[in-house]
Amino acid sequence: MRVQGGQTLGVFGPNGAGKTTLLRVLAALLRPHAGSVRVAGAALPEEAWKLRGRVGYLGHDPLLYRELTARENLRFHARLHGVAPERVEALLDAVGMGRRAGDPVRQLSRGMVQRVAAARAVLHDPPLLLLDEPGAGLDPAAVELLEPLIGRASGRTRVLVTHDVDGGIAESDVALGLRAGRQVVAGAAAEMGAGRLLELYR
Amino acid sequence: MTRAALAILRKDLRIELRTRESVPAMALFAVTVFVLFHFGLDRDSLDGALAAGILWVTVLLAAVLAVNRLFVVEREQGGFDGLLLAPIDRTAVYVAKATALLLYLLMLELVAVPAFALLLLGVDLLPALPELVAIMLVADVGLAAVGALVAALAVETRARDLIVPLLLLPLLVPVIIAGAAATEPLLTGLQTADGLGRWLAFLGLYDMVFVLLSVGIFDFLLDD
Repeated sequence: MRVQGGQTLGVFGPNGAGKTTLLRVLAALLRPHAGSVRVAGAALPEEAWKLRGRVGYLGHDPLLYRELTARENLRFHARLHGVAPERVEALLDAVGMGRRAGDPVRQLSRGMVQRVAAARAVLHDPPLLLLDEPGAGLDPAAVELLEPLIGRASGRTRVLVTHDVDGGIAESDVALGLRAGRQVVAGAAAEMGAGRLLELYR
Repeated sequence: MTRAALAILRKDLRIELRTRESVPAMALFAVTVFVLFHFGLDRDSLDGALAAGILWVTVLLAAVLAVNRLFVVEREQGGFDGLLLAPIDRTAVYVAKATALLLYLLMLELVAVPAFALLLLGVDLLPALPELVAIMLVADVGLAAVGALVAALAVETRARDLIVPLLLLPLLVPVIIAGAAATEPLLTGLQTADGLGRWLAFLGLYDMVFVLLSVGIFDFLLDD
């Protein structure tokens, strides 16, 4: 299947369907055992190096060091990506973490950690976002706060893994249903509707 | 590469400063071993080959503790993924980790050598200190080069605590032979070590081989 630039691909399926594995393959963190994958012009895994620094990954693990503060974590990733420190401060404010930026990550709540992780994922302004349950632990106000960064409004190409079928369909242009590592349904999200995807969970 | 390696090194040192998981454990282990030898051998003082052997074996075993933990923070807190997603040369990760281990070893020796001199040594170490520092520095580079490589190999295995010493210690046999042989005359009370240059050259060659080998294969280790 194919996803155009600026579109959102919604990925649905029960636990163990292979949604996170698919995201990790797209991020070039895992090698595909079969088939071919091309992400932003890079054929994976041979051209994985072309993809580095062009993907924002927000998975189950926030990829933040617990003993470092939110600011130190973002500054560390900023150095790796060659991003100016000013962007770190701007993003901390954008995700509502400006006042807690000096606290170690281990002292932050689940929702706060997710907000910092979202800032980490978009720190280098990636054209492609891979999102695995990005709303986990977030209250409605935080979801709204993150919308310009990781939501549809960000204008980025997104791959969105979620169990919220209705919400996910509304967010997606293209939908993909997986079960036991295989594609079961795929097509335009608007035409597919939630019904066929909900059947995956039965 | 330098920018990324420095960023990773700074991050690791900051985490070690806050958690104090590696260096204090290594230092405590080394001092405990010296105390055990002090009572176990039932001798007030040692010198020569025995003293050199005890010093180097203790340093090596203490190093295993740090090697075991070198990549744990990356595995447990998702750091590997963060590093793999960044547009950096993966060799920077190896350089940063090996440098961090080298600094941990130097900090260990700052505590271990005085403790060794106090608890076990029968000769005055001060006149031979410059030579001893040179030997330890060159040996530590090899230890750090191999240690960082073994740490990366073992971190994803369940039996990490077993794999690290099983892989690391045989690889470090040349370091312990050369380190102990170079140190022995210094611990016999001789102020100038016989054949010091030869042993330092041997250790330097060992360092070069393992640094180049590790840099060459580290990229493949991080794959998958």
